[in-house]
Formats: sequence, C-alpha cells, structure tokens
Amino acid sequence: MSDIVLETRDLRKAFGGLVVFDRLNFTLARGERHAIIGPNGAGKSTFVSLVTGLLQPTAGEIVFNGKVVNGQTPQERVKAGLVRTFQINTLFASLNPLESVALALLEREGRAKPSLAKVARESALLDEAEALLAKFGLAGELLTPTNMLAYGMQRLLEVVMAFAMRPQVLLLDEPAAGLSTHQGHELFAQLATLTAGTTVLFIEHDMNLVFRYAERVSVFAAGGMVMQDIPEKVRGDARVREVYLGA
Amino acid sequence: MNTPTAYFEGLARWKPLEIVFWLVLVGLFFVPGVNLPLLSQIIIWGLFAMSLDLLLGYRGILTMGHAAFFGIGAYTAGYLGKFGWTEPISALFLAAAIAAAVGLLAGRLVRSLGGIALLMVTLGLNLILYDFVLRSTELTGGDDGLQGVVIGQVLGMFKFDLYGKTAYLYSLAVAFLMFLIARALVKSSFGLALLGARENIPRMIMLGAPVGKDVSAAFAIAAAMAGVAGALLTQTIQSVSPDALSFQRSADVLVILILGGTARLYGGFVGAFVFLFLRDWLAQLNPVYWYFWIGLLLVVVVAFFRKGIVPSLGVLFTRMQKKRGTDERTPNRAAL
Amino acid sequence: MSSVASILFNGISYGVLLFIMSVGLSVTMGMMNFVNLAQVSFSMLGGYVMVVAMQKFGVPFLWTLPLAFILVGVVSIVLERLLFRFFYGTDDLTQVLLTIGLVFMSIAIVTYFWGGTYQRVNMPEWLTGQQELGGFILERYRIFLVVVGGLLAFLLVFGLERTNFGAMVRACVDNRRAANACGLNTDLIFAVTFAVGGGLAGLGGAMSANLLGLDPNFPLRYLVYVLIVVSIGGMGTIGGSLIAALALGIADVAGKYYFPSIGGFFIYIVTVVVMLCRPLGLLGRRA
Repeated sequence: MSDIVLETRDLRKAFGGLVVFDRLNFTLARGERHAIIGPNGAGKSTFVSLVTGLLQPTAGEIVFNGKVVNGQTPQERVKAGLVRTFQINTLFASLNPLESVALALLEREGRAKPSLAKVARESALLDEAEALLAKFGLAGELLTPTNMLAYGMQRLLEVVMAFAMRPQVLLLDEPAAGLSTHQGHELFAQLATLTAGTTVLFIEHDMNLVFRYAERVSVFAAGGMVMQDIPEKVRGDARVREVYLGA
Repeated sequence: MNTPTAYFEGLARWKPLEIVFWLVLVGLFFVPGVNLPLLSQIIIWGLFAMSLDLLLGYRGILTMGHAAFFGIGAYTAGYLGKFGWTEPISALFLAAAIAAAVGLLAGRLVRSLGGIALLMVTLGLNLILYDFVLRSTELTGGDDGLQGVVIGQVLGMFKFDLYGKTAYLYSLAVAFLMFLIARALVKSSFGLALLGARENIPRMIMLGAPVGKDVSAAFAIAAAMAGVAGALLTQTIQSVSPDALSFQRSADVLVILILGGTARLYGGFVGAFVFLFLRDWLAQLNPVYWYFWIGLLLVVVVAFFRKGIVPSLGVLFTRMQKKRGTDERTPNRAAL
Repeated sequence: MSSVASILFNGISYGVLLFIMSVGLSVTMGMMNFVNLAQVSFSMLGGYVMVVAMQKFGVPFLWTLPLAFILVGVVSIVLERLLFRFFYGTDDLTQVLLTIGLVFMSIAIVTYFWGGTYQRVNMPEWLTGQQELGGFILERYRIFLVVVGGLLAFLLVFGLERTNFGAMVRACVDNRRAANACGLNTDLIFAVTFAVGGGLAGLGGAMSANLLGLDPNFPLRYLVYVLIVVSIGGMGTIGGSLIAALALGIADVAGKYYFPSIGGFFIYIVTVVVMLCRPLGLLGRRA
C-alpha cells in the first residue's frame, strides 16, 4: 500500500447545519479496485462529488498524485485523470453512441473545433471510438439513438464515456443501479476485465458484488468513515454489522 | 456500409432539399408581382430566428432578451448612416462586432443560470436597454427612433430602390453567408459540444469540456448574427425605431423559431415565412383583433405541433421514404 | 406630511396590490413548476368583473370584490382542468409560450367586448378623498388597500401554516412525489390551490383598477412586475412574495419620485442583480 494515488485529509462537508462527514481520512492505492459501502445518507455520492470537484469541501484537503487539488475545477481534474460516472444516466439522449464517444474523444484531445467533415477523416479518432464501443459490447449499436438503447447498454455507455477519458482513477457511482441482480453481476464481471490496470473506486449496495469484486472496502456511516480494510475483515467486523443493522 | 467515416461525412454533406430551399428563395425574386419588401422582412426575421436557434435549439438556453442584440445592430447601422458612414457592408461588420462584444458579456453573466433566473435576467437586461433607449431622447430619438438615416449603394453599384429589389437580394446574400457560418458551426465538434451540454451538463463537465466558455462563445456568435439581422433591417427600411429591441420582438422571434422548429437552422426561416404571412393576412382581415389569432396559433402549436413545422415535415418525409422502402436505418439526424 | 412617509405609504399600498396579484402564481409555481403567465390576465378579468358589476348591475363596490374572487377562481379552475394540467412537467419554454398565447387571446377578447380604452371606475364616497390618521393625511383608498392586504396576507400565512389543508399544500410544494406517495390527493390539492391563487389574482385586479388603471393592455403592463415578485421572493414562499412585493412597490414609487429620469430602470437592475446572486430568490430553497 505504498503507492497512494488518491487521499483525503481531514475532509469535512456540511450543508448548512447538516454535517455529512467530518475528519474523513481516506486512501486509495494505485491499481486497486476499491468499494465504498454504507447506508443511505452516509455521504457516499457526496464524497465522489467532492473528489471530482463538483462540490466544494467545507474543510480538509483532497490529494491526487501527491498534489492538493482543492482549487482545481472539475475539468482540470478530469484532464489530470480523475473521472466519475453518475448514479442516474447522464447520457446525450439525442446523440447516438458513436457521436457521444467521438465527442468525448474530441474533448479529451482538446483540439481546435474541427468540422464534422474533418472529423470524418480522423481515422485514428474514429477507430478508437469504434474500438471502445466494441470492447464494451456496443458495436452493433453505433448509430442507435441513445434513448432507444436497452437500459443495461445505457449503463455501459455511461462507463464507456468515462473510460474514453483515459482515467487514472475511475469513480463509478452505483454502476449497477436499476439493473437486475443478474445483469448487475454481468456488468461487474465485464467491468473487472475491461478496467484491469485502472484504479477503480465504486459505490455499491449489493454486498455480494462488493465482496466478490473489491480488493479493499471503505465503510461510510453518518458522520464519517467507520473502517477501511480488505473484504474479509470488513465482513466480520462488529461495527459494520452495527451500521447496517442499526443496533 | 455505414462506417463511422461515412456517417460523419453524411452529417456534413449538403442535402438536396437544402439546395432547393435556397434556389427557391432566389427564384422568388423573379416571380412577377411578388411582395419583395415582405420577403425581405421574412429573410431578416429568419436570420434573426436562426441566431436564436444557436442558443435555444442547439444549447437549450431559453433567452427572453434576444431582441437586445437585434436592436444593438439596428442602432449601430442607424447611427453610421445618420452620421455619414453610408457604406452598408462595413456597417454590417461593425454591427456584428459590437453585438458580439455585448453578447460575450451577456453570456459570461448568465452562463451558470437556468430556469426562472435565466428567464428573468435575460428579460431584465432587454428591458433595461429598451428603457434606456426610450428615455435618452436626445441620444436615440426616443420613441421616434433615428431619423435621416442614409444608406449608400451596395458595393458602390446597387442603389436601394423603391421596389425593394436591391434590398431583397442584399438581405438574401447576407443571410446566406450567415447561414453558411452557422452551418459550419453546427456541423463541427463545437456544435456537437453544444448539443452535449444541452442534453447533459454534468456529463460534459466530466468530459473535461469548457462548458461555460462554450456558452459565452455561443452567445457572442448568436448576438453577432442577430446584430447583422438588425442592421439589415435598418439598411433596408432606412430608419430605426425602438421597436427593434422591444420585449415584443424578443417574444415574436421565439414564436417564429418554435413555429418553424428548433435545432434545424431552417426552422427560423420557415417560421418567419408562416408567421409574417399570417400576420400580414390577419391584420388585413381585422387590424384590432388579429392578436387573438396569433395567441390561438401559439396555443395550438404548443399543444399539437410542439416540434414545429420543419421537424414535423421531416418525420413525414422519412415515413414516406420508409413506405417506398429506400430507408435503411434512419440515423438520428434530428439534432444535426 | 413628509415625502419619505408618503412614498413609503404609497409604495406599501402598491406593493400590497402586487402581492395579491402574484401570490397565487408563486405558490403554484413552487408546487408544480408551472409557469403561468396568464395569471396577469386573471387580474385583468377581475378588474372587468368589478367594473361591469358596478356599472351594469349596480352592485356595490365591496360586493364586487368577492364576486371577482369567485368568478375568476372558477375561470382559472376550468382552464386548469381543461388545459394547464396537460402541460405539467413540460419544459419552461412550452409553458411560457402556451400561457403568453392565452394572454394575447385575453387582450383581444377584452378589446372585443369592452373596447380598447381605459375603464372609468367610480369608487363609493367613503373610499375617496383623504383622511387624517395619526398626524398624517392619507388617501382613503390606499388605507383600505393596506388594511385588506394586511388581512389577506395574515389569512394566507395563517391558513398555510396552521390549517390541515395548508400543511398539505406545503407538503406538495416541498416534494410533490413524496406527498403523492403519502396518499395525498395532489391533483385535488393543486386544483384548489390554483383556483384560490387565480381568485386572488382576480381580487387583486379588481382592487387595483382604481389605482393602476384598467384597459386591455393591463396584463402586458404588469406581467413583468408579477414575474419580478415571484422570482425575487422565491417560488412557493408566501413570506418571500410579500417581502418582494412590498420592496418592489416602495422601490418603484421611490425611484420614480427621486430619480424620475431613470424610473423603471432601477427595479430592473435590482432584479437582475438579485437573480444573479440568488437564482432561487431571496427566500427560495432548493427542493
């Protein structure tokens, strides 16, 4: 655990008088697959928003690759390699997957705005878009309007768009939300192979998925982090049971 | 074979109907007895509505103050003509530049707003400008507008004539050039980014896209085009009235665009055609109550043809193609 | 009487009118997110109900007020059931266009029946002239406005905070789906609220005809004011609407008195600044 890619130091977030968490010290090791669990309202999604810069912390530091990133915009963090997905689909309903991923790649490259006629001749970029979509099983749906895609495919497209940014750390906020248990397992199995080599932090409610795919687990409960450890230890911990059973 | 390359080429390519559209506008000039001054108005309103389309249709920004930019262009051209700068084309450039500068500022101001706040700020800014123009009678002529606007010959060759021949061809040429710019813009990665932000801002942020800057840029470009439309109006009728930047005009251009259909570029022109002809006709039928019919038209359009004329025709067209079996798989070109 | 006190008084009485005309819109917008620009047409209608009842049927002024409230309330609930409810959940633009279309139609209809000129309003004797009150000489009609307005504001706040129905309305404003899930008949609650809000707009119109003038362009003249009250106050807050309406009334009267050359300018600038700093309004909260 020597190579820490992301950590928070005494992180605090309050909305008015409501403290979501306080003195949160979280570490993420490079290359690991890490899960955040905890009951509703424990601040899991808030945490992801803080890390990616969509929300500002009340106090404390967010450190990415050894650098404090508190002052950076979400866009700057994306360029640095910190990318998230959302619990609810955040797709482009009237664009098709090909256009969506091409847009993602164009924004990643950040070149002067080329015309679509020019884009058509950018074979490297188009090949990459096609390959990415194919890798996630969307090769047959390049030109299907996004809002016509099956829900499971939409969840995958959500991940593809984040993955297209070549993230160092990929934060997945309940990637299996809205999927059946079976579909959820399928998705996670796919993600495990597809994102091999990328550091992945994911929020998930289904404990079976968490204990099967996470290498380490952080448990959030109202006010802060209860513990952070390997799944076997988390599973047997009395405090965690208490959090979930509300005893 | 629909490869990605072929797909993007297809998006950028000119469709036959587009060429027909512009040829028809040229052809109208040669129809005997046609009402050229009304047609010029339609072209100008169409250009104005197209500029709004860049904001509303492609970026989803509901602005209630777009007439402010139209008015800035109209007054710029008016002042130039009044104080001896009679060359029209350079005046268009200046009108565009000033409107763009104001648009950039306005975009900077409103780019993080949405909903009612956005509506109120754009409306408020429009009202402030209108109030200012009405009250500064010495500077702007107040209610009477600018008098004694002189416009020289186009390219030093074509005089603005009583029949509106020069005015029509001049407006059409300028509108076509503006259309080419708007088309290039929409069919580029910038246009794709605008659509993306229209659909989902958080996602665009997570693609590292400069969402705010894009809004400012879109505002500046849309304002410049609205300014050109305003300047065209001044030059073709050789006077300016404060109506050019009234809230009524902001509302009318919105109606025109919705009537024609958003995110189509052509929607504004088609909407202007229908709206102005209808207005002309209804006002002749009854000069007092014609607004009843405009109101009813709005309610009916919103209730039954929310997409507007061009998209509804588009749907019809693809259906017909399907029947003939020539349609393979209609990619979603709605947005582009 | 000092000019400051008189400006304050005139501003407050004007603000009271704005409050009565816009409070219904504020609550329904907070509840359903429905932008109903035709609210100002309801006010105009109330004004014409008052004028016609007085002139054609000789109804005493005081009785025309409940009449305006009830008739306009009925009209608004009919519109809500037949038209508006199909547009809940559509985007702002659709609602703005739909209701501005209705405003245009209402202007033409009123012109058709009663002509395009200003209506003469004959107030009963006891409401005209001036009255000395605590060392100040005040217009009787404005005293009447402030008293009635104060009473209404009290009733509304009391009704919303203390009654069962008020609690249901607040629940709907806070979270419609949750209220629905808890077994509240949100459809009915909304229809009733809409009717009361529309009726109040009509009442406000009837009360304002004497002071603001009544002609077919009334809606367009006061649309912006009503929108300012709703947006600055914060949608769905009665207290916010009251504060915003009074502040707007005072600012408008004072601005026109002290800076006649900039006049309406001032309130527009304040509106823009408030909206930029607090997009949800002074008392607005994010649901």
